[in-house]
Amino acid sequence: MDDKEKGKAYWSANLRLIYGCLAVWATVSFGFGILLRPFLSDISVGGADLGFWFAQQGSILTFVFLIFFYAWKMNRLDKKHGLEE
Amino acid sequence: MSQFVINLLFVGGSFAVYIFIAIWARAGSTKEFYVAGGGVHPVANGMATAADWMSAASFISMAGLISVGYVNSSFLMGWTGGFVLLAMLLAPYLRKFGKYTVPDFVGDRFNSNAARVVAVICLLVISTTYVIGQMTGAGVAFARFLEVDSTTGLIIASAVVFAYAVLGGMKGITYTQVAQYVVLIIAYTIPAIFISLQMTGHVLPQTGLFGTHLESGMPMLQKLDQVVNELGFQDYTADVSNKLNMFLFTVSLMIGTAGLPHVIIRFFTVPKVADARWTAGWALVFIAILYTTAPAVASMGRLNLIDTVYPEGPTAESLEYEERPEWIRTWEATGLVTYEDKNNDGRIQMYNDVPAFAETAEARGWEGSELVVNNDILVLANPEIANLPGWVIGLIAAGGIAAALSTAAGLLLAISSAISHDLIKKIIKPDITDKGEMLAARISMAVAIIIATYLGINPPGFAAQVVALAFGIAAATIFPVLMMGIFSKRINSKGAVLGMLAGLIATTVYIFIYLGWFFIPGTNTLENIPANWVFGISPLAFGAVGALINFAVAFAVAYATEEPPQEIQDLVESVRYPKGAGTALDH
Repeated sequence: MDDKEKGKAYWSANLRLIYGCLAVWATVSFGFGILLRPFLSDISVGGADLGFWFAQQGSILTFVFLIFFYAWKMNRLDKKHGLEE
Repeated sequence: MSQFVINLLFVGGSFAVYIFIAIWARAGSTKEFYVAGGGVHPVANGMATAADWMSAASFISMAGLISVGYVNSSFLMGWTGGFVLLAMLLAPYLRKFGKYTVPDFVGDRFNSNAARVVAVICLLVISTTYVIGQMTGAGVAFARFLEVDSTTGLIIASAVVFAYAVLGGMKGITYTQVAQYVVLIIAYTIPAIFISLQMTGHVLPQTGLFGTHLESGMPMLQKLDQVVNELGFQDYTADVSNKLNMFLFTVSLMIGTAGLPHVIIRFFTVPKVADARWTAGWALVFIAILYTTAPAVASMGRLNLIDTVYPEGPTAESLEYEERPEWIRTWEATGLVTYEDKNNDGRIQMYNDVPAFAETAEARGWEGSELVVNNDILVLANPEIANLPGWVIGLIAAGGIAAALSTAAGLLLAISSAISHDLIKKIIKPDITDKGEMLAARISMAVAIIIATYLGINPPGFAAQVVALAFGIAAATIFPVLMMGIFSKRINSKGAVLGMLAGLIATTVYIFIYLGWFFIPGTNTLENIPANWVFGISPLAFGAVGALINFAVAFAVAYATEEPPQEIQDLVESVRYPKGAGTALDH
């Protein structure tokens, strides 16, 4: 593989990872926290419902996890393609 | 020791630390001035970013906003979710590009001074409107805790910012922000832990929020739903009907956050691309500590307030005015709490004064809601409501000022670097020396501080609305142009410039239609009520639509015109790969 192809493979792997992470990002906030809340109203969490928990706690915690997961995966990807510093 | 002396010690002590840092971290080159030499550790930078991002609004006002109920969860998700976008879509690539400012990337990537100037204009509008809020916030904290008038307070605060920002540039700002983060997070969490312990027995406010209300034995949120309902308000946890608006508002806050120049430049200060990603993670950890505590402060503070006014519950006799607790007396003096005995019964009534509730109110002998409580009270008076010792109140004073000053400093740097680097060095006088550029940066910073202080002392009447404008413009201009510059090689300068202008104009016009042209009261074309909004989209939520317009125009124009030259496409290619970022900064 020459440098150009290697670069292409690296970039599309990065894009796939971003799509995956952003799908989770959107699901927990716009999904569970806002649009899908009526469908989660039967699952109660301490005096409220699961949608309310995601809107006020869960989505933020998931965001933190997502960024560290992405940073960790990207470091491995950088190494694999010899692009780390 | 009087409360005044304690507050003075806390605020004075924190200022001494900031001044010490200013002397220790003097900037010797433009690289140190703009990006702290590019050698900040990601954890320290995460802390600095958290302080940079969390403004007077986050610290003082957000809990009050959230206490309205579920609908304002948008602030919680919006103001944190943007960091996910920063980590994945912007920060690593902009760090690899390795320049000093946001317009710098726009100008180089699109090889166009027109694009650079439009980006500078957007940056100046966003940052100037934002800095007014910080200076007024600092003034409020001074006036209320230090019993000096806010003008004197603001001048002292500006002198301190002047010392570390003008001398130290980004280097001074970075390490001061680390110290400011520590001050503000301690100040926010300690009262929250105590109020959570008192009301639910939980040490962690985050679990206390979903815990049991000790006094009634009911889940805390159910108890809150019940009492607000008995006072004619909507249930605290009630769902909203206008989901589209809540969705778009959250999107606007998220991409607005990701498009704020003073936040983006914090990512330029780390040595490597990988560190830019870690910075986003650590920043959000430090931000999440406050943002997951805030909803607990909001709900417990509101329940506590209602409990104080209605000790036997909302349906029984309410509190006699003469029996009111000390903290209500204290805050009445500041005008943040006001009382008017409308039915002359000597008691305090506080409820939702709307036609739907009028019958119930009349039956209870109420003639209007008598206690008006400012949103900021939930945070400012928290230590007193929870009967905490005087030093905690001193801490809140120092924390509020730290939150305002840390954000102000970041904004001032973004403003001054856009002027000295993008306008002077890149356009007006390209042959300026490194020393001359730094002098220009310091002068523009000093001028910016003077203007910001003036606007803080004489806040324009529209200060609250302009924050919507700042987020709307960041969402509709900076975020899309940066994202397209990185993820598409096909977008050329024409597409970028027209896209930014379309996003800028559409968003500004939509806001002006409802909030008044140039925010002049009474000039609004339509009344700002949900029935008038296009598809129910509020002016605050329009940034997301503005961003879509920007993307659409940019792609349409770019594909109809010529492809960007090969060297630009190579530049885009190079920002995508991390290797070589350490050397890229030494240009």
